[in-house]
Amino acid sequence: MNTEEHTVSHVHRDDIGSRMGMWLFLFTELLLFGGMFFLYSVYRFINTEAFHIAAKELNTLIGCFNTAILLTSSLTMALSITAIQKDKKGLSIFFQLLTILMAFGFLVNKYFEWTTKFHHGIYPGSDTLLSMDSGEILFFGLYYVMTGLHGLHVIIGAVLIGIMTRLTAKGVITKDSFVKLESAGLYWHLVDIIWIFLFPLFYLIT
Amino acid sequence: MHKDETHQHMHGYGIYILVWFGLLTLTGVTVAVAGINFGALTIATALFIAAVKSYLVLTIFMHLRIEQKAFKIFLLVALFFFVISIVLLFADYSFR
Amino acid sequence: MADDVLAIKGNGHEPSYLEYTGKGKGLKAWITSTDHKRIGILYLVSLLSFYVVGVLFGFLMRLELIAPGRTIMDPQTYNQIFTLHGVIMIFLFVIPGIPAAFGNFFLPILIGAKDVAFPRINLLSWYLFVLGGLLAVLSILLPGGPADTGWTFYIPYSVRSGTNVTYALMAAFVLGFSSILTGLNFVTTVHRLRAPGMSWFKMPLSIWSLYATAWVQVLATPIIGITLLLVAVERWFGVGLFDPALGGDPVLFQHLFWIYSHPAVYIMILPAMGVISEIIPVFARRTIFGYKFIAFSSIGIALFGSLVWAHHMFTVGMSDTAQLVFSLLTFLVAIPSAIKVFNWTATLYKGSIDLAPPLLFALGFIFLFSIGGFTGLFQGTLAVDIQVHDTSFVVAHFHYVMFGGTGFGIFAAMHYWLPKMFGRMYNQKVAKVAFWILFTGFNVLYFPMFIMGWLGMPRRYYDYLPEFHIYHFISTIGSWILITGLIIMFTNLIHSLKKGKIVTEKNIWGGETLEWKVPTPPPLENFEHIPTITEVPYEYKENEEPQMEEVK
Repeated sequence: MNTEEHTVSHVHRDDIGSRMGMWLFLFTELLLFGGMFFLYSVYRFINTEAFHIAAKELNTLIGCFNTAILLTSSLTMALSITAIQKDKKGLSIFFQLLTILMAFGFLVNKYFEWTTKFHHGIYPGSDTLLSMDSGEILFFGLYYVMTGLHGLHVIIGAVLIGIMTRLTAKGVITKDSFVKLESAGLYWHLVDIIWIFLFPLFYLIT
Repeated sequence: MHKDETHQHMHGYGIYILVWFGLLTLTGVTVAVAGINFGALTIATALFIAAVKSYLVLTIFMHLRIEQKAFKIFLLVALFFFVISIVLLFADYSFR
Repeated sequence: MADDVLAIKGNGHEPSYLEYTGKGKGLKAWITSTDHKRIGILYLVSLLSFYVVGVLFGFLMRLELIAPGRTIMDPQTYNQIFTLHGVIMIFLFVIPGIPAAFGNFFLPILIGAKDVAFPRINLLSWYLFVLGGLLAVLSILLPGGPADTGWTFYIPYSVRSGTNVTYALMAAFVLGFSSILTGLNFVTTVHRLRAPGMSWFKMPLSIWSLYATAWVQVLATPIIGITLLLVAVERWFGVGLFDPALGGDPVLFQHLFWIYSHPAVYIMILPAMGVISEIIPVFARRTIFGYKFIAFSSIGIALFGSLVWAHHMFTVGMSDTAQLVFSLLTFLVAIPSAIKVFNWTATLYKGSIDLAPPLLFALGFIFLFSIGGFTGLFQGTLAVDIQVHDTSFVVAHFHYVMFGGTGFGIFAAMHYWLPKMFGRMYNQKVAKVAFWILFTGFNVLYFPMFIMGWLGMPRRYYDYLPEFHIYHFISTIGSWILITGLIIMFTNLIHSLKKGKIVTEKNIWGGETLEWKVPTPPPLENFEHIPTITEVPYEYKENEEPQMEEVK
């Protein structure tokens, strides 16, 4: 398999093709979340009032804070690519590590947010939740599923960037060959875009 | 194989930081106006601001501005599919 | 690998992809190969294996229905069998069918490339396919028994059924990703790896249809992925998403399910249409009629096909507006399909027709697909659909499209391309006999379903009123004829791989596309030098005898 890699990366190297493949993959991710946005829009349309009431349970401050973290991590991700383009390996690695650190911060916040809800007895199947209006059950169902899947994407993204950091350190990703880092970056920005929509739709509809 | 094409990507640090400021400002705006009740326009405002933010991320952070035309068409195709599906879905739900 | 190839090339011998084994031997050489041709064959073998299982379940189902009341199984088993038949046929045979097997093998060759854009992702997609297949098999074997929901997994029953629905859901989810990776690979390959000079309108028509299909695979498949995942999440954690007991809307599940599953029908049929567009000009010895119309109709089908999903739901109580819109769109999608059929027949007109097995199967496709297509319009009509909805009329309709269309398309592709792939020719007389038995069996099996459906026989029912007995009886007889045809056809083809007459000519059928300009079987890297394309495809001089090496 190593030799195959050899052929692919040197004989058939096509950075535009690689990015094209990555973008197509991003569309599938986009529509994966898109399906859940369909659900959200229809259920919110049917249960407008219940969604407003349920959203009051969410902590806008944590939401804001996490938005800022993700936006900033997108910045450092983009900067790391510029750094490698300018052949500043150390700087690029620094920015990548910073991105991972912020991903971690985001997850820690999310963890506390979720556990607080659990302490209030709001989790799937709980008595508190089941005693609520059906619109509110749906709101929290969607909240857990959508932020949960998004959180999973944050984890995958962070792992991906971690691999890129290693590859940068080993000199596989260089000034002349950084399409892997770019692809990881594209993935990370997509995670950011999804959050850009999740944030107002869940936290700001009180 | 496509050596000359691969190196078209050059964004300075400056523009990224500028966009980042823009994104944070827009987040502030969307939080600030969330308290105000514009009626049906409330959700429209929130989605509009989110769309502007996404546009910034897509064009600058994700380099779409300097990609080939095909990439832009691709994105439009994907968005078209998403939007038309929602429209058709609401052809059912909003007329029940 | 590169060094080995060079070494062999040094001996002045370009190894065929069958001879060149890479590092491993035997099976290992196959399942670790990133060669698009080997992956195509891996797919072909695995999906045909699933097809055999699917046919077996279909056979059992028909046998149960030969007479009213219990014949060979109890109702619960019957529910599980028709679910398995659906899941296996749809997700493991028809959807991957042509793109994953023949698309993988021929797409790069037809556009003058050495491989697809992402060979390793291509192999990964096959592994996912196998994983999905294993999950489906697990759902059969594990305690709890196979799912009994039907392949549509409708809510709320799919949340409550005690059978292994979750395994079936995960199988479909994983298979979806396998399909997405194939689509992603094909779009990128077509954009980036066409040979110099091959502009969009010099591409063979099968590439247009595979390209359109690939877009549907990339954009629509994630919707079903997430929908099925959500049902699984609902089963695991009791999260309120679709279940009406928790405030959910079962109709919304149906919307989301069909947003993918109707376009999926076009994922199935479009590549088959591409194969037919390749075969017709070759055996009519004429340039294809209306190249651009056929090319654009592929895009048109992909586009409109993505917007008609709710015609599966005319009786669930949607708004009148939605009913009208979806009915109208359904009629619109018939236009590009009809364009294709008209152009194929126009190509045949005044051609010097050679009724070889591939053409025979292609003509079978046109006939059966036309019936399937027209009866589809019946159901797109709002008033008529009230009568035929969820009856065996629907079952007949989609079997005419899926089996008579895509199935015969796959058979046509096998008879057209297998000699190229393996360098062995099958017995053409036997192939023709098999076709006629298959064709007869097919119509005897499925046509009575139109009639009894029209009279009110519901689909998926274990038992029925005595007045439907005669139709069920004829239909079951048909299934036996059909299976006889299948056995003859497959025996003939498989036998040819070992014992068939060896073919070394490049151009077996007198085709004008690129696969006929490389050695038989194709060498490891397809082309010694990437060709430069100057002509449009299908350049036949009208009615002229082709420069064709006879193989009989």
